[in-house]
Amino acid sequence: MSPLHPGREAVLAKGWWRAHKWLLLRRTSQFGILALFLAGPWFGWWIVKGNLASSLTLDVLPLTDPYVLLQSFLAGHAVAATAILGAAIVTVFYLLVGGRVYCSWVCPLNLVTDAAAWLRRRLNIKGSARMSRQTRYWVLGLTFLLALLTGTLAWEMVNPVSMFHRGLIFGLGFAWAIILGVFLFDLFVLRQGWCGHVCPVGAFYGLLTVPSLVRVSAAQREKCDDCMDCFAVCPEPQVIRPALKGAEQGIGPVIRSPQCTNCGRCIDVCALDVFRFATRFHSATKPHIRVAQNKEVSS
Amino acid sequence: MARASARKLSRRRFLVDTARTASGVALFGLGVGLYAKRSESLPATAIRPPGAGAEGDFLGACIRCGLCVRDCPYDTLKLALPEEPVATGTPFFEARKIPCEMCEDIPCVKACPTGALDKNLTDIDQARMGLAVLIDQENCLNFLGLRCDVCYRVCPLIDKAITLEPRHNVRSGMHALFIPVVHSEACTGCGKCEHACVLDQAAIKVLPDRLAKGELGRHYRVGWKEKQRAGGSLVTPDVEHRYNLPEGMEYDYEGQGLKRKGADTPFPDNPLDSLNRKSGGRP
Ligand code: SF4
Ligand code: SF4
Ligand code: SF4
Ligand code: SF4
Repeated sequence: MSPLHPGREAVLAKGWWRAHKWLLLRRTSQFGILALFLAGPWFGWWIVKGNLASSLTLDVLPLTDPYVLLQSFLAGHAVAATAILGAAIVTVFYLLVGGRVYCSWVCPLNLVTDAAAWLRRRLNIKGSARMSRQTRYWVLGLTFLLALLTGTLAWEMVNPVSMFHRGLIFGLGFAWAIILGVFLFDLFVLRQGWCGHVCPVGAFYGLLTVPSLVRVSAAQREKCDDCMDCFAVCPEPQVIRPALKGAEQGIGPVIRSPQCTNCGRCIDVCALDVFRFATRFHSATKPHIRVAQNKEVSS
Repeated sequence: MARASARKLSRRRFLVDTARTASGVALFGLGVGLYAKRSESLPATAIRPPGAGAEGDFLGACIRCGLCVRDCPYDTLKLALPEEPVATGTPFFEARKIPCEMCEDIPCVKACPTGALDKNLTDIDQARMGLAVLIDQENCLNFLGLRCDVCYRVCPLIDKAITLEPRHNVRSGMHALFIPVVHSEACTGCGKCEHACVLDQAAIKVLPDRLAKGELGRHYRVGWKEKQRAGGSLVTPDVEHRYNLPEGMEYDYEGQGLKRKGADTPFPDNPLDSLNRKSGGRP
């Protein structure tokens, strides 16, 4: 059963605010970052200049997108030191908090695809095309290959992620049509289509997720009552099962998949507080008891 | 048995799925690649910021962050919109709208984090964004014999990048034309001349070098330059050139022209003068 209103029980159990805590923080982060970038062009407060490809904060802190810089490197450009430093800072940051934090806490396109996912649930749109979730890694490889072969940042000519962010700050032009395309694709064609299947930016940051420190853990998985709310809201539902249901196979409670975006929505919607943020080294404290309980539940 | 065939089936399925994904992505890549290739041709009116390399290199170097745009004090630069014929998101300017003011400290180059705008460019006079060409020699006011001179006056490298060359005005028969001439060894392509041209359509335009300039065949050698470099004739030794001049005449190469041997006045252009002189002014 995929609930039409996932999280309703959580609201009843924990109150509205706690049941939306991470979602609200996440939206604050997304809009806040956008606001920092827009404060300059709109109000003349130049706190941050540039866009997500590369920016300069308070005239001292350079930040550069390692993904786009890697493309530039493959295209054969001898990248200057500032950009390398900026990319190093960004990489270290995401290695700590989780690479796909970029997706759920920073990327502006996530607002669009989240909106599509929300509407899809609301309208109860079921049909969906079939596409492997691994497609994104192929696309990622392709973008690198294109850079190598053409000697240009070919992918950046069409990349909706950078186009949208740049557009919001420097003028959108017809990029809105591409963004609308992504929205409709997610809404009608493929559930979680863009972010969950195609986007090579997300795939790249996912690679940074692999060794990253901060992870979501199904710390109290023995409490799970199979309401399925977390599966309904998760943008990458396939990442949950091993951690949540893997106790018997000896799989730890930490969600290890590089596809998890650390959005924390599963933490919000769980009425029983099964999930929480932890480090990748987290393991459930009393494994034996947990296994025993789990057996009880399943029998 | 059943297990093995099931495994076979799932392997088959895996292979088909992989092939499906791979070919889909390859097709997609082909589209993106072709589109990217097509966007490599920069329209002639779009000029890259100072320090940008050749178009192909620039498209591999610029990550479209817009920091150069932000630090340009004259709002010269802008990032290309998807519908514009310039590679999406890359910085450029149009001289006729806002030219480059050739800032001495070149803030756009300083701002560039990737080096797409070359940090070695520290003297803005060395920038080569394009080359001004006086394209329309029919409507340029100076070509019409008027003294507009605006392009000449606004040039930040006046008398180096652009000079006025006097010519005879054949139409009136008695005036001079002051022809604006651009010199490629000094013109930065800033576009101030194009911006300032008073015509409804500028007669002088900044073009990318590849359009503005011809190129000699690689094997071409310009004789007099080679000779100068070698310090003497490279082929047979020069014979002194001799005119077949009438007795008692010589030719002055310093500008006086034909004159009587030893005399310091030139041979007059007007034949009547020499006739008059011969007769000593007597009737
Ligand atoms: S998958 Fe791509 S579009 Fe989606 S949030 Fe991540 S970077 Fe943004
Ligand atoms: S030199 Fe100055 S005016 Fe010209 S593009 Fe750079 S910042 Fe702008
Ligand atoms: S600052 Fe450099 S990398 Fe950024 S848009 Fe300008 S030229 Fe491109
Ligand atoms: S573009 Fe025009 S104004 Fe600028 S340096 Fe060349 S001749 Fe001078």
